[in-house]
Amino acid sequence: MTVILNQSFTGVSIGAVLLLIALGLTLTFGQMGVINMAHGEFIMAGAYTTYVLQKPIGDAGLSLLVALPTAFLVAGAMGALLEWLLIRRLYTRPLDTLLVTWGVSLMLQQLARDVFGAPNVQTTAPDLLTGSVTVAGVNLANSRLFILGFALLCVCGLAMVLRATPLGRRIRAVVQNRDLAEVSGIATGRVDRTTFFIGSGLAGMAGVALTLIGPIGPTTGTNYIVDAFLVVVVGGIGRLRGAVITAFVLGLLQSVLEYSTTVSVAKVVVLVGIVAFLQWRPQGLYTVRTRSLV
Amino acid sequence: MSGLITRRGLLTGISALGVGAALTACGAKTGGDTSKAAGAQADTSGDTVKVGLLNSLSGTMAISEVTVHNALLLAVKEINAAGGVLGKKLRPVSQDGASDWPTFAEKAQALITDSKVVATFGCWTSASRKAVKPVFERNKSLLFYPVQYEGLEQSPYIFYSGATTNQQIVPALDYLKKQGLTRLYLVGSDYVFPRTANRIIKTYAKANGMEVLGEDYAPLGSTEFATIVNKVKGAGADAVFNTLNGDSNVAFFKEYKSAGLTAKKLPVLSVSIAEEEVKSIGTQYLEGQLTAWNYYQTTPGAANEKFVAAYRAAYGKDKPTSDPMEAAYISVHLWKAMVEKAGSFDVEKVKAASDGIEFDAPEGKVTVDGATQHVHKTARIGRITASGLIEEVWNSGGPIKPDPYLKGYDWAADL
Repeated sequence: MTVILNQSFTGVSIGAVLLLIALGLTLTFGQMGVINMAHGEFIMAGAYTTYVLQKPIGDAGLSLLVALPTAFLVAGAMGALLEWLLIRRLYTRPLDTLLVTWGVSLMLQQLARDVFGAPNVQTTAPDLLTGSVTVAGVNLANSRLFILGFALLCVCGLAMVLRATPLGRRIRAVVQNRDLAEVSGIATGRVDRTTFFIGSGLAGMAGVALTLIGPIGPTTGTNYIVDAFLVVVVGGIGRLRGAVITAFVLGLLQSVLEYSTTVSVAKVVVLVGIVAFLQWRPQGLYTVRTRSLV
Repeated sequence: MSGLITRRGLLTGISALGVGAALTACGAKTGGDTSKAAGAQADTSGDTVKVGLLNSLSGTMAISEVTVHNALLLAVKEINAAGGVLGKKLRPVSQDGASDWPTFAEKAQALITDSKVVATFGCWTSASRKAVKPVFERNKSLLFYPVQYEGLEQSPYIFYSGATTNQQIVPALDYLKKQGLTRLYLVGSDYVFPRTANRIIKTYAKANGMEVLGEDYAPLGSTEFATIVNKVKGAGADAVFNTLNGDSNVAFFKEYKSAGLTAKKLPVLSVSIAEEEVKSIGTQYLEGQLTAWNYYQTTPGAANEKFVAAYRAAYGKDKPTSDPMEAAYISVHLWKAMVEKAGSFDVEKVKAASDGIEFDAPEGKVTVDGATQHVHKTARIGRITASGLIEEVWNSGGPIKPDPYLKGYDWAADL
């Protein structure tokens, strides 16, 4: 029983990581239709932000708190810049965005290598987050609990922005009908850039969370980008609810399979499962049927 | 319109690919032609000879391999300061294997055919060594491999200056058995070294009254260890035998500590974590855990004091030395002694002169075994201290004769 609960928690925590890295992509890929291969590098930028801030700040807990908003701004600014420089010229050609952003992703990786050196680096986790609490025989690592809480906070925040703010209404209007939004007086270009800023910023914050799990390197983002796209596609493109459910289901599936088989076999089975699922439901878990988007 | 552009783009792309393929084919052909005579590619005509350094300077293995590269450069510098080899100065040519095995093979070929090196030093993972092995054999060029490995291999063109299994893993198992830690859980990266090492461990366990309760592998570079740690925790083992490589260790030990496991509760014996890795993983995660190597920075002796001081002078006061660095460092010196005994850079003559070559190494005296092209080495078990260094808790008392195929062990007969 303890084993099942332990593994469920592991699955939920893997799901939380998947959710965090896919959240920004739900916005940029899901809502805007931009296949942003550089999303992983925005994650990396967030992780390196934590690393850079830790030295001058010193205290691990404080630097983590400072790193979260800073990473949001840093990665967000990079995303907005990318949108303004390249992507806004390619909105009618989604496949070209794949190539262009892939090129950008390679350049950003090389840049990271030049600035921070090729070997991976580590950050120190605050003492509070290195321990664990035991509830009913289940061992809950504090860092995992933090990531889970943070992922849920981000989802709620994003849902609120999209549903209840003027900005969210404008984003949805542009996505639904760009021309109509334009003639209604919405500055669609600016809305695009803001959306991209938020999506990339979320990737940056995901990067901060990832520093609690493992090392940071130029290829940190690449390790996660495929998983992130899987979550968004399986969830039904652009559906926040779909992404949340998919992330946790995949996390649980992965952890159960890992326990009963091996890590590599689990990965293969999950991928095969996804392929089979998309044969059955090519549109993903949730699809846009009504005019509302979220 | 867009269809037209795509088609044109496609055509350009295809023709570019065609040209690329043709060029690659030419390159391969030239490589083949020059490899007929032994060591024919090596250029020894000038005042200097080139030596190849082949390490991962980027990617998941860079955390470990950059230090090996530094140690190789230090040895080259020392040899040059003392007048070089056969009156010729050494010129190091570095290539980055980028933690990617096909890249290693490509760069090895480039060192031999383009740079015309007299010998190459490097590689870390067994996967990279297996990838370059046919390249060195085909070109009849020498590789000096400096890292402990899983044994069961012997190439006429590779010298192994790190430990083989009977100089590291077998003594480590003997040590665990003596401590009464007989129920083991095996955790490793998913490639050749951990899988072969674990095969040997399981065979040993069967014959020596030990029990292997489980084994798990994570892809090289993987950072997700929650499930594996859960399994380890639930298995009821006495000790974990860790063959993870590279910075997966960071994620593993972070998770291990989060799960409430410590060196006291469930010790981990690692065979790929040395001083450099301890420093970057963080001592707070590793204090008290065990390692098995042939050399530690704390190993006593004048040769080691000199080595540590020289390394610090070259790379910084806070830089530790480690076993693979030491094995890399001695490999260059051993090669120099072989060349000088042979009186020639010719690969076959150097090989013939190798047996019995000695060097007063930081780990103590090492001797080359010409028959296996391995080195006699002392085995050492150490415990990681709060300062990030490793203190020796046991050693084999003297150099152990290398036995890569474990022919001298009855239990290993059917490996």
